[in-house]
Amino acid sequence: MASLNLLVAVSLIYVAFLFAVAFGAERAAMKGRAGWLRSPVVYTLSLSIYCTAWTFYGAVGYAARSGLEYLTIYIGPSIVMIGWVWALRKIVRIGRSQRITSVADLISSRYGKSNLLAVAVTLIAVVGTTPYIALQLQSVTQSVAAFAAADPSVVIPADNRATALWVAAGLAAFTVLFGTRNLDSNERHHGVVMAIALEAVVKLCALLAVGIFTVWGIGGGVGQTLARIDASAQLGQWQMAPGRWSGLIFLSGAALLCLPRMFQVLVVENEDERHLRTASWAFPAYMIAMSLFVMPIAVAGLSMLPDGANPDMFVLTLPLSEGRTGLAVFSFLGGFSSATSMVIVAAIALSTMVSNHIVMPIWLSLNGKGAMVSGDVRHVVIMARRVSIIGVLFLGYLYYRLSGGGTALAAIGLISFSGVVQFLPSMLGGIFWRGATRNGALAGLILGFATWLWCLFLPSFGDGVVLPAGVLAHGPWGIGWLRPYALFGITGLDPLVHGVLWSILLNTLAFLGLSIFSFPSPMERLQGAQFVNVYQHSASPRGWSGGIAQSEDLMIMAQRLLGAHEAQKLFQSEAARQGVQGYLPDPNAAFLQRLERELSGSVGAATAHAMVGQIVGGAAVSVEDLMAVADETAQIMEYSSQLEAKSDELVRTARQLRVANAKLTQLSVQKDAFLSQISHELRTPMTSIRAFSEIMRDAPGLTEGQKHKYANIIHDETVRLTRLLDDLLDLAVLENGQVSLNLTRARLGDILDHAVAAANGDHSTIKLRRDRAQEAIWLQTDSDRLAQVFINLIANAGKYCDARTPELRIAVRRADAALMVDFIDNGAGIETEQQGLIFEKFSRIGDQKAGGAGLGLAICREIMSRLGGSITYLPGQGGAAFRVTLPLQAAIAAQ
Amino acid sequence: MGKSVLVIEDEPNIIEAISFILSRDGWHVATHSNGIDAVEAVRARRPDLVILDVMLPGRSGYDILRELRAGPETGGLPVLMLTARGQPKDRAMAEQIGASRFMTKPFSNAEVLEAVNDLIRA
Repeated sequence: MASLNLLVAVSLIYVAFLFAVAFGAERAAMKGRAGWLRSPVVYTLSLSIYCTAWTFYGAVGYAARSGLEYLTIYIGPSIVMIGWVWALRKIVRIGRSQRITSVADLISSRYGKSNLLAVAVTLIAVVGTTPYIALQLQSVTQSVAAFAAADPSVVIPADNRATALWVAAGLAAFTVLFGTRNLDSNERHHGVVMAIALEAVVKLCALLAVGIFTVWGIGGGVGQTLARIDASAQLGQWQMAPGRWSGLIFLSGAALLCLPRMFQVLVVENEDERHLRTASWAFPAYMIAMSLFVMPIAVAGLSMLPDGANPDMFVLTLPLSEGRTGLAVFSFLGGFSSATSMVIVAAIALSTMVSNHIVMPIWLSLNGKGAMVSGDVRHVVIMARRVSIIGVLFLGYLYYRLSGGGTALAAIGLISFSGVVQFLPSMLGGIFWRGATRNGALAGLILGFATWLWCLFLPSFGDGVVLPAGVLAHGPWGIGWLRPYALFGITGLDPLVHGVLWSILLNTLAFLGLSIFSFPSPMERLQGAQFVNVYQHSASPRGWSGGIAQSEDLMIMAQRLLGAHEAQKLFQSEAARQGVQGYLPDPNAAFLQRLERELSGSVGAATAHAMVGQIVGGAAVSVEDLMAVADETAQIMEYSSQLEAKSDELVRTARQLRVANAKLTQLSVQKDAFLSQISHELRTPMTSIRAFSEIMRDAPGLTEGQKHKYANIIHDETVRLTRLLDDLLDLAVLENGQVSLNLTRARLGDILDHAVAAANGDHSTIKLRRDRAQEAIWLQTDSDRLAQVFINLIANAGKYCDARTPELRIAVRRADAALMVDFIDNGAGIETEQQGLIFEKFSRIGDQKAGGAGLGLAICREIMSRLGGSITYLPGQGGAAFRVTLPLQAAIAAQ
Repeated sequence: MGKSVLVIEDEPNIIEAISFILSRDGWHVATHSNGIDAVEAVRARRPDLVILDVMLPGRSGYDILRELRAGPETGGLPVLMLTARGQPKDRAMAEQIGASRFMTKPFSNAEVLEAVNDLIRA
């Protein structure tokens, strides 16, 4: 026997199972292993939330009351799915490229991101969906009641309010759990979609099972069933009212586009545009299957069940009356699935709208910081969603209570449809007509909605509940042309057709009229172009694969801005930090912030923010537009860096030219000075020689002493001249690199000894301080040339050291790769400005008359450079100090 | 004959040679061998003639001549310039500053005698 307890238990187990499925799908999606979740089949099945409890139970009731008219609610969506798939594709493309999260978001985005419009759409959607949610509550409640009636063990409750409340609360809990588990920037809910896809299968199977049971189990086969349908007084005739039929087909077709929950599964949850192709035939097929057994069940119910039985419950009461409890429970689960899936998706869709367009703007403005709140507002968003879901379900429950729960399911559904269909003009106008404006959309929506409220919604509560019966009959304050069922005095129309006709007509007229006579804002123009020409603005159809796809987009963009290598390094390091293999890290807040910082170095903070925001969240301009900007920027940057490089090169060349010029000038000056110096150095001794040789030739009576003296002078000056010429030739040879070195193995100490002896030939009185232990180093060098340098330095010290007791210290030191021999005297040293000149030719310091030609140090420098070492002046040693540096390998090689 | 000459020259052998030549010709020869205080030496000794080397330690012969020409007492003093630099611009420089005679080393003794006697007669 049917047991209410059994039913409750089965329902709870079913819900738990759904819960598990949703949870598993969510987990799989998070781990990126959800390939099969994104199949077109799942997409198509999720679309079946169009078939709610209204379809599951109500279609049979509809058929029992109005014959084949029930087919209209299937024909409309089928026409749209098959014939209008191109329009759907456009909407889906727009939704994807603009990151649309809801119907309200779509319309508000199109009309320049007007939040006023979003609020209007949201309110209409809430009001329009509330009857529908009430409808689901009612159907579940009625089905429970049907079971209760068949269960003798329970007392039939006085009313079903408690049941409805429990159902509402349970659905709210489920929706909160799965609809707001996390905040996906794309508003996708893999778990929920999977659960409703499963429910779609359950409800189809349940209805088919009842149908098969009806036709073959109790109806005696197809032939007898058809005969019974023919014979039925109510169902047998083709009562086609063309006005009502076309009105209903229009209504249901438009509802497919406009219903917030349909938009949610059709556009927002869409994983891949190509799924639409499958859905365009599979979804109508699903609906045909759903409607296949409606007539047989209706006929069987009418003929077999007692008069007065609710036709809306035939699907359930038929198996119950035949004692098929199992089938009845299955059927109940089908209806339950229909109701819950619709409510869950509708609540998610509505809560997204309410929280995004009403709660969040208010919260942000109350916090006074606008959109630039620095902290994490995700918890606020999630809380807003949860409150909205509970609020939406509570409204549904309230409507159910107010409307008394008695109205036929189909009637409530149609009223709901006609409410949301008010979105149609601004929606279609927005995506096909660039001239549509915000003012037009707003005016159309408000006028259409008001008409709907007056003609359809308020009267739906029943006579006298909201609108007094007098108003219905005679109009408000007796104004006849404002009667809800006969606007402008036009009577005789079906109330539904009347309401739909007037509301849509006024809506469209206002929309068109104001759009033509108002001007769009720049933002509206931009968005209008983006929407109407969406195919030019967005990439080819491509499946989104959650976070990784975003990361890849971010990577592509980053590569354009940072260069491939830099970007890859950044992404790889971030992936490693997150513990992910490869180049694609999870685009979490920390990474995005880091990326933005990196990018802002290239394009500036504002652009970087906009670009990252564009890829991760919704924004006004498409990714492709920004990509184009990025490409241009990259090109400009490259071009300008090329220019910069060129100008750098020019500057370098100019500098080199300047240096070369200065060198040439200096060389010319030096050459001049050199010639002058040579002239002077040669002429001076020659002057003495000439003068004294003339004296000895011309002057009579010179003494022997004078003769000897003058001859000596001539001799000395000749020697001086010879030495000068030797030096000059030596220097010329050294400078030209023609010198051939005579490399031998020699001890440093010996070379110094030789040098000291040679220098002392000049009768120097300078005292030498040496450390012979340090000097015990073998060298592979030209010892004569090295000695020449040492002689020069020792002789110079002897000539120029002006200390009272002149002293020269010779210090030998090994450094890393060099041997250093320092010659430091205790004289006044050489002035800083002269230090750079002393190695130049003919430079002589100070006033001293030292007799040299000033070539000594120049020769030393040349010799040292030939030996692979150097000679430098060592400042700050308390006297004149010269450092002779020799490469140490010369020393090591000799050891 | 009290002709006096001041020889400003730093090369000892050249000083000796000039002194010998001029002394035998009856000149009273004084010598000075650095550039720094050469002008003071001229003012102190008041010679009839100055023989001035261009390259002197401490101060160039050109500078000394310039100062001598600027002074009221020495402005018209005959100055024979000697230089070991034989380039034309050295001669031009000397003439521009106001050297009475310019000779390049090495010189012939007879030329020097002729030059100084010319200068003292003028």
